[in-house]
Amino acid sequence: MTREITLSQAVNEAIAEEMRRDETVILVGEDVAEAGTPFKVLSGLVEEFGTDRVIDTPIAEPGFMGIAVGAAMTGLRPIVDLMFGDFLYLVMDQLCNQAAKTHYMSGGKLNVPLVLRTNLGATRRSAAQHSQSLHALVAHIPGLKVAMPSSAYEAKGLLKAAIRDDNPVVIFEDKLMYQDKAPVPEEEYLLPLGEAAILREGLEVTLIGTSSMRQVCEKAAEILEADGISAEVVDPRTLVPLDEGTILGSVRKTSRAIVVDEGHQNFGVTAEIAARISEKAFYHLDAPVIRMGAMDVPVPFSPALEDLTVPTPEAVAANARALVRGVPVHAL
Amino acid sequence: MPRDKKANAEAYLRMYRQMVRIRAFEDNANQLYLNAKMPGLTHMYSGQEAVAVGICEALTDEDRITSTHRGHGHCLAKGAELKLMFCELLGKEEGYCRGKGGSMHIADQAHGNLGANAIVGGSAGIATGAALSAKRLGRNYVTVCFFGDGATAQGLWYEVMNMAALWKLPVIYACENNGYSEYTPTDEVVAGSLTARAEAFAIEAHQVDGQDVLAVNKCATELAERCRRGEGPFFIELETYRYHGHHVGDINRDYYRSKEEEARWKADRDPIINFGRWLLSEGVATKEELAAIGSEIGDEAAAAVEYALAAPYPDAIEVDMHVFKGVEHALPYMSGARQ
Ligand SMILES: Cc1ncc(C[n+]2csc(CCOP(=O)(O)OP(=O)(O)O)c2C)c(N)n1
Ligand SMILES: [Mg+2]
Repeated sequence: MTREITLSQAVNEAIAEEMRRDETVILVGEDVAEAGTPFKVLSGLVEEFGTDRVIDTPIAEPGFMGIAVGAAMTGLRPIVDLMFGDFLYLVMDQLCNQAAKTHYMSGGKLNVPLVLRTNLGATRRSAAQHSQSLHALVAHIPGLKVAMPSSAYEAKGLLKAAIRDDNPVVIFEDKLMYQDKAPVPEEEYLLPLGEAAILREGLEVTLIGTSSMRQVCEKAAEILEADGISAEVVDPRTLVPLDEGTILGSVRKTSRAIVVDEGHQNFGVTAEIAARISEKAFYHLDAPVIRMGAMDVPVPFSPALEDLTVPTPEAVAANARALVRGVPVHAL
Repeated sequence: MPRDKKANAEAYLRMYRQMVRIRAFEDNANQLYLNAKMPGLTHMYSGQEAVAVGICEALTDEDRITSTHRGHGHCLAKGAELKLMFCELLGKEEGYCRGKGGSMHIADQAHGNLGANAIVGGSAGIATGAALSAKRLGRNYVTVCFFGDGATAQGLWYEVMNMAALWKLPVIYACENNGYSEYTPTDEVVAGSLTARAEAFAIEAHQVDGQDVLAVNKCATELAERCRRGEGPFFIELETYRYHGHHVGDINRDYYRSKEEEARWKADRDPIINFGRWLLSEGVATKEELAAIGSEIGDEAAAAVEYALAAPYPDAIEVDMHVFKGVEHALPYMSGARQ
């Protein structure tokens, strides 16, 4: 049986189910208890699990991140709530120097089973320090797994898998998608980390979209369909591990690829995926792989500027049309 | 009226006026939000006016401040114009940051405001650095670092307090304790006392009623003067209260703060009403004069809103400007185009 629930409810259910199943799972972060976070994603959890397991912290991100790392090394399985992805900069040392490296540095003897839940996404008119999409920063660090759910269904399945994972996993939810509904099974399910999904089959171009950019790609595919162009849409679901098999399989079929992601384009996720396609499917390509990331500027506040910085379905479709029609890339 | 009060009448009325301006600004900003005319969310300063005004009245345009997400009051108290602030809140080109910063990043160099900050506690380093500049460059300005009670949980503040104390920097850390950080009462997230934390670094600490503009101003004036004589740094904890929710969208807040508590603060400890009463009782102003200030500022604010609503947005070409100093457009520059 499936029913439609919001991404927010999906996250809430995943956490509640895992906390019921395993009492070493705890929740840590600012205003996670009574307030249920500013996005109200965690509402109701403190009522069920109490303040011993749903723990409100002071506004001390490096501190509670460090405590979570230590707790994870010694028997608990913390889920850390980082209110905005922009605050990753505050926790980078604990996350990247401590959590990511502990298993390796201890020769496999220690491990850090924790989940860092945070968010990404611009166009909320929140300006440069509350709108960033910083997943590339952590995907760069060996030892961290990185998940990018693009729907309520993925959010629940990936989060449950992350909580059961014995490694640090960082999950980025798009804060604009919390109220988006999708069909989610009532029965328990997990989505393994490292399995991409083909969301729409097509023949002429592969659109690879992470997180909310999956929706941008799906809308672009509809626009293209009206133009008589057949686009395939692939959602990687996780960046680390990255399901190269599914991505390359699709590109070998379509011979063209556009990678769309909301992180900055320079030195980013789109670059990494495009490079792997170019290396590993070069002889199947009919055109260069196109990267479409967020514009390489701090996110501006003004609506008149902010909307220019994020890929749109129209822009993706325009690039796809050019690729399929053989317009040279420098003319894009 | 004693002579010093008469001599100070001008300053008193300026402080009254500034508090009224801040309240009027916030009431209009809140209305813009409710009417869906403002992009995003904003944090109201209403209720805390005496803190910003009492402190900034003790400062000159040369003196610096750093501000917070709840920063409109600091910005106005330091001398900003209503019109340009509304333009910034609405993302218009004429705004203080050309629409690029918005409510949480307004900065006003002409009056020494180094900027609001959307990272809680994020400006502690900046304020302390500005104080280091003052000392190294032989300038006699003071820097005031405004922050909330919630920001005292950030480690950065302790690191910079240590250095400020070691290096005797002319900085005043002004903590506005409004009883809450977001949806959490302060006593649930602060262990021990805040003044003791500053004192642990041998920084002189004061506690002041943040609803009493004269008390705030007296303390700030003394500490600013002592900073100029090389006796800084200092810490002030100001007890105050925010009237609105954490941000304009935080409307149903009974679960963390009672309506009775809000009503009590507004009735008993409103900084504008109480100071107005004092001005009347001391004969500094008449009822009519205070009412005239209120309506004049009301008109000024309404005109500023009208102006900002009609003002143009920045041109699309600005989107990659101001990324690097000395580079007109960042995108071609980052791809190797020669300047
Ligand atoms: C580093 C960081 N963590 C969390 C937040 C989210 N946040 C914004 S304001 C706020 C509460 C701040 O409380 P306080 O310092 O007391 O200031 P007040 O809002 O009461 O003026 C929080 C948690 C943030 N902006 N930055
Ligand atoms: Mg506070």
